Amino acid sequence: MFSILSTIWRVFLHMFSRRVTVQYPEQKPYLAPRYRGRIILSRDAEGGERCVACYLCAVACPVDCIALQAAEDAAGRRYPEFFRINFSRCIFCGYCEDACPTYAIQLTPDFEMGEFHRQNLVYEKQDLLIDGEGKYPGYNFWKVAGVAIGGKAKGEAAREAPPTDVNSLMP
Amino acid sequence: MATVYIDGKPYAVDAHQNLLDQCLSLGFNLPYFCWHPALGSVGACRQCAVKQFKDEHDTRGKIVMACITQASDGARISIDDPEAVKFRAGVIEGLMLNHPHDCPVCDEGGECHLQDMTVMTGHDYRRYRFEKRTFRNQDLGPFVNHEMNRCIQCYRCVRFYRNYAGGRDLNALSIHQTVYFGRNQDGVLENEFSGNLVEVCPTGVFTDKTLKRHYTRKWDLMYAPSICVHCATGCNVSAGERYGTLRRIVNRFHHEVNGYFLCDRGRYGYEFVNSDKRVREARLNGNAITAEAAREHLREAVERGRAIGIGSPRASLESNFALRTLAGPGHFFSGIADRDQRLVALILDILRRGPCRVPTLHEIELCDAVVVLGEDVTNTAPRIALSVRQAVRQRSFEMAEKLKIPLWLDDGVRDAGQDQRSPLFVATIASTHLDEIASGVFRGVPDEIARFGFAVAHAIDSAAPSSGDFPAARGIADALKGAKRPLVVSGASCGSEAVIQAAANIAQACGAALYFIVPECNTLGCAMVAGGSLDAAFRLAAEGNVDTAIVLENDLYRRAPAPDVDAFIGNVPHLIVLDSLLTRTAERAELLVPAGTFAESAGTFVSGEGRAQRFFEVFPPDGVRESWRTLGMGRWSTLDEVLADLPAELPGLARARDAAPSAKFRIAGAKIAREAHRSSGRTAMLANINVSEPKTPVDPDSPLSFSMEGAEKKPPGALIPFFWSAGWNSIQATNTYQREVGGPLNGGDPGVRLIESSAKEKSYFAGVFEEFPAEGGEWLIVPIHHIFGSDELSLSAQAVAELVPAPYVAVGRESFAQNTMVRVEIAGQMFLLPVRIRSELGARVAALPAGIPPLAGLPLPQRGTIEEVK
Amino acid sequence: MTSPFPFASIFGILFAALIIAGGLPWVERRVLALFQDRYGPNRVGPFGVLQTLADAIKMFAKEDWVPPFADRAVFVIAPAVLMVTVLLSFAIIPAAPGIIVDDLNIGVLFFLGMSSLGVYSIVLAGWSSDNKYALLGAMRGAAQMLSYEVFMGLSIMGTVLLAGSFDLVKIVEAQRGLWFVVPQFAGFMLFLIAGLAETRRIPFDLPEAESELIAGYHAEYSGMKFGLFFVGEYLGITLISSIITTLFLGGWLGPWLPPVVWFLIKTSASIAFFILLRAALPRPRFDQLMALGWKLMLPLALINLLATGAAVLAWSF
Repeated sequence: MFSILSTIWRVFLHMFSRRVTVQYPEQKPYLAPRYRGRIILSRDAEGGERCVACYLCAVACPVDCIALQAAEDAAGRRYPEFFRINFSRCIFCGYCEDACPTYAIQLTPDFEMGEFHRQNLVYEKQDLLIDGEGKYPGYNFWKVAGVAIGGKAKGEAAREAPPTDVNSLMP
Repeated sequence: MATVYIDGKPYAVDAHQNLLDQCLSLGFNLPYFCWHPALGSVGACRQCAVKQFKDEHDTRGKIVMACITQASDGARISIDDPEAVKFRAGVIEGLMLNHPHDCPVCDEGGECHLQDMTVMTGHDYRRYRFEKRTFRNQDLGPFVNHEMNRCIQCYRCVRFYRNYAGGRDLNALSIHQTVYFGRNQDGVLENEFSGNLVEVCPTGVFTDKTLKRHYTRKWDLMYAPSICVHCATGCNVSAGERYGTLRRIVNRFHHEVNGYFLCDRGRYGYEFVNSDKRVREARLNGNAITAEAAREHLREAVERGRAIGIGSPRASLESNFALRTLAGPGHFFSGIADRDQRLVALILDILRRGPCRVPTLHEIELCDAVVVLGEDVTNTAPRIALSVRQAVRQRSFEMAEKLKIPLWLDDGVRDAGQDQRSPLFVATIASTHLDEIASGVFRGVPDEIARFGFAVAHAIDSAAPSSGDFPAARGIADALKGAKRPLVVSGASCGSEAVIQAAANIAQACGAALYFIVPECNTLGCAMVAGGSLDAAFRLAAEGNVDTAIVLENDLYRRAPAPDVDAFIGNVPHLIVLDSLLTRTAERAELLVPAGTFAESAGTFVSGEGRAQRFFEVFPPDGVRESWRTLGMGRWSTLDEVLADLPAELPGLARARDAAPSAKFRIAGAKIAREAHRSSGRTAMLANINVSEPKTPVDPDSPLSFSMEGAEKKPPGALIPFFWSAGWNSIQATNTYQREVGGPLNGGDPGVRLIESSAKEKSYFAGVFEEFPAEGGEWLIVPIHHIFGSDELSLSAQAVAELVPAPYVAVGRESFAQNTMVRVEIAGQMFLLPVRIRSELGARVAALPAGIPPLAGLPLPQRGTIEEVK
Repeated sequence: MTSPFPFASIFGILFAALIIAGGLPWVERRVLALFQDRYGPNRVGPFGVLQTLADAIKMFAKEDWVPPFADRAVFVIAPAVLMVTVLLSFAIIPAAPGIIVDDLNIGVLFFLGMSSLGVYSIVLAGWSSDNKYALLGAMRGAAQMLSYEVFMGLSIMGTVLLAGSFDLVKIVEAQRGLWFVVPQFAGFMLFLIAGLAETRRIPFDLPEAESELIAGYHAEYSGMKFGLFFVGEYLGITLISSIITTLFLGGWLGPWLPPVVWFLIKTSASIAFFILLRAALPRPRFDQLMALGWKLMLPLALINLLATGAAVLAWSF
């Protein structure tokens, strides 16, 4: 009985506490850099696409809203031929970013992407690709990978010895 | 049976096997690399280390390699022993020292045995901080991609390629840590089984180059159990699709048929499904019409009367049956030319009458004396050649057994056997790849081969008719008589009834197994849907008795000489063609109806073994339908209904219904998923067209679903879309679907053998031979088969097409110089062809590559003339 | 005694009741927000006062759907029954001297009778919906209202005894010296609780209990039919608050300000207290609710009536 009355009294006192609501459109909230908002695809420092179309984001996605197709340029560099995110399905969980081995896919502190037509929430690669490196500057997957691409032959990646000479029998 | 204690618990194991094999059979997760159920043990990778104890009081034990330790009775081992676990983790760490940081861009990623084993041993952090060794890659042709950096030196590739498949151009080069697996220079891998390197290699050194062009991870493909359509062997395959195109073929283990391996034609021929030549919409006189209009037109044509149906040996049993039902039994023609039809009928007759048993491919591998009569097996049914290669190893197995070397100990058996082989005799028109392991070869035109065969039969059993004196026949006869499990392989490819009869005589004389190679994936099935030959249809049309001809998935220009086909089409007012590819015949059709390929339809094929096997839709067909559905005109709505009507009409095919469970089959109430449970992109793959996802199509013909939703339990053999089990993402997961590793699939291997004979009496053929050489200036022109080129469908596959030889004419040494242009006149047609010298061809014998345009459709062997072009 | 301006009173009271009931959702949301350190609706119009209007437009625009499995006639009638009974009850509320629709001499009994009829609405709505949640809600509603009606009537018998009349105007007049909340505090508390239960307000919203019965008896209702239930509930709050004001808080009585303003102030305070209870108290279990009603409230009400009766008797001798 007393607890009921004390509850009523304490709730009543809240009339005089400060309000915590943020008046959103007029007053912008602070979003941390690691906020999980709109998804982008970043580029490496040289301006090349970071995405190597490994499909890991797609498989990590719990709502299956990422679809892509891998392609390879003449020099062997892999990239997504198309890369599509259906934001009308996306739950912004960030698993794609966690799964990405090249820091290509990143979630940004931008959530203002409402649309009147659901179809407009389907983003293609040109809508996703940005010109910068995003949150992770300096990383370039191809500089540590073993495959050769244009401008990087075998043995030129980080911590790689020059290619072996198969014809040599020297110990 | 023996009892082995694993981590303190007793298990019943096969004492003839090694510990690794038995641990895997019992379901333990024991990592390995160099061991392969078909290749045996060499103990090279040191990955399958376990602790073995002397007795129950021994607590220290010693580390042994499970793959080279016999599962002897009373053995006590520990997989979970901390020292063994640490040892295995150390081995993986060593193997991973130089492994590149490639997984995201590696085609093996997600189905990589090395990934699986690394996860299994718990190695997750790289401590090595020094430089990695690197290699330059080689261009190995259109099938196999090479990325040597990823190699872990398990030697499986060369063991398969050289020891198992008999290849010569891939080897281990260089020394110590720079051991390199490749050719001595860039170039196309010569062996017909090079594609298996993709599955044999535990990591991404050898990957599928055709998949690379439209790369998709294993988990994203939609699979269905399917049957290879590129020859009559009936290899089981898994076909994978993504975004509406077929992406790759992988082996689907079948203990009695293909085992673990496929040939390159079967693995890479699938690309015809994605070809530009596909027929995707119905056309009336060249103008696109709707499917309903096409069906209406077809209905009118049939109702008008005087319609005949021309079936096809590359269409399914159901489609042929549907056409036979539509046109009426009297108006159904098999679509096979007269002579070929007679050959197939003869083969069917011999097999049905007995007493020779048709061996499965697995039984072929156990035969200890083989005679190949008239068939270039490597090029007409390549997978059988691989089995014959294993058969000649029987001698070395016998020797190993005498020395008490277990047969799974690969290196030991090979050292004991050295070059000793079981007898293999090859009698063919021209040299074959099997010659290199043959103990004797015979070269001649088909009739000489037949004569030789009769002589061998006579030498074994004097009751068999003789045909002349061949000194070599006596030796072969002795070898066959001395063999426990002799085998005769022959077939229809050299176009001679006498050769087939000779093969039957030899097999009867020595009680051998008898395998006939027929040309196409459903040749036997089509022949069993009894119908007249193509020539009979031509005659009927020439008499003016045909108003409409319905041609089912058949390019008549590949069956008969072009002038004959032109005349036939001229005699038929209305030509209706159902086909998947725009063939020459399809181009001339009044009404062209698209037909689903094996990937877009369900049906049954009868293989050369007489085994009826079911294939299923890989992906929901977009506009194209199974021919039996089109021809059924609403008579049947599901495959099961067609199969239910089959026995009444064709009792011989009644059991084809049991080739796979019906569409009502469920596991705990659930269908079987075509997609892996990790399949991705469901809500995005079609979002560019419409953001609302379409409804999942329903497959009325099979218990398989077009989604990732399905039973948890493993499906029966005929319904396995792909191999996967927890922790085993690579094709090595096959182990978990078998009764014991390397043995039959759980629940039995799929398919039904339609031809089993219990007859005992022998009935020899009396040989009838044509005289040769021909009179005057005529040449005898015989066929030469090519693995890439002689099969119709794979000609339209991009990668295979790169290896199809240009048309040529082969002659013996004396006549013409290499590359001379000659004019070949044959069957009323004239071709200008360059000359290739095949020195084994006799005088006035020439050979043309069979099936390669524009030479397809020529009835070979045939007489003709050859003149040099001035 | 009837009002000198019957039609003016009828329309005045009807209009005022509906305006108050219409404005209440906005008031409730704003006040709840106040208790919960939020703003509440503040976007539509100044301070969001037009929120109710926006909601009403939305509700009118919704499809007025009758489920195919429902008993159509009963389904349609049920919400109207609620509205009619509540609105009729307002007839006997004396907002000020002369501002009353019908000054019945049995006003208290009329109110009790109407609130008993209100339960039909809930039972009919839940029954005709042919939906297990709706039916469960209806059964709970029937049991709850039956139980609480008993001591609700008993709890106000004290005031009737003190005033010596069932006539609400006479009861108000009787409080000129002392509001009945003082001598009848126990009756006031009992009536407050019973009133909460009668209006199915949190914490006694068991018939609709969203977390258990997904809206209970009106689960199948949409559009304006749902709107009637919605408005009916707020009318109910207003009614109970007016009755409390009349019976216990001295009705329109008060110094300086005009009587009708005093009535409105007291009624508003009562409504605000209802909202405060909603913000503060959790919903009891159904068995707890029934036990409270029958085992505690009923005896207390009887004791209160007995004591009051004894006191009145003693005082009159």
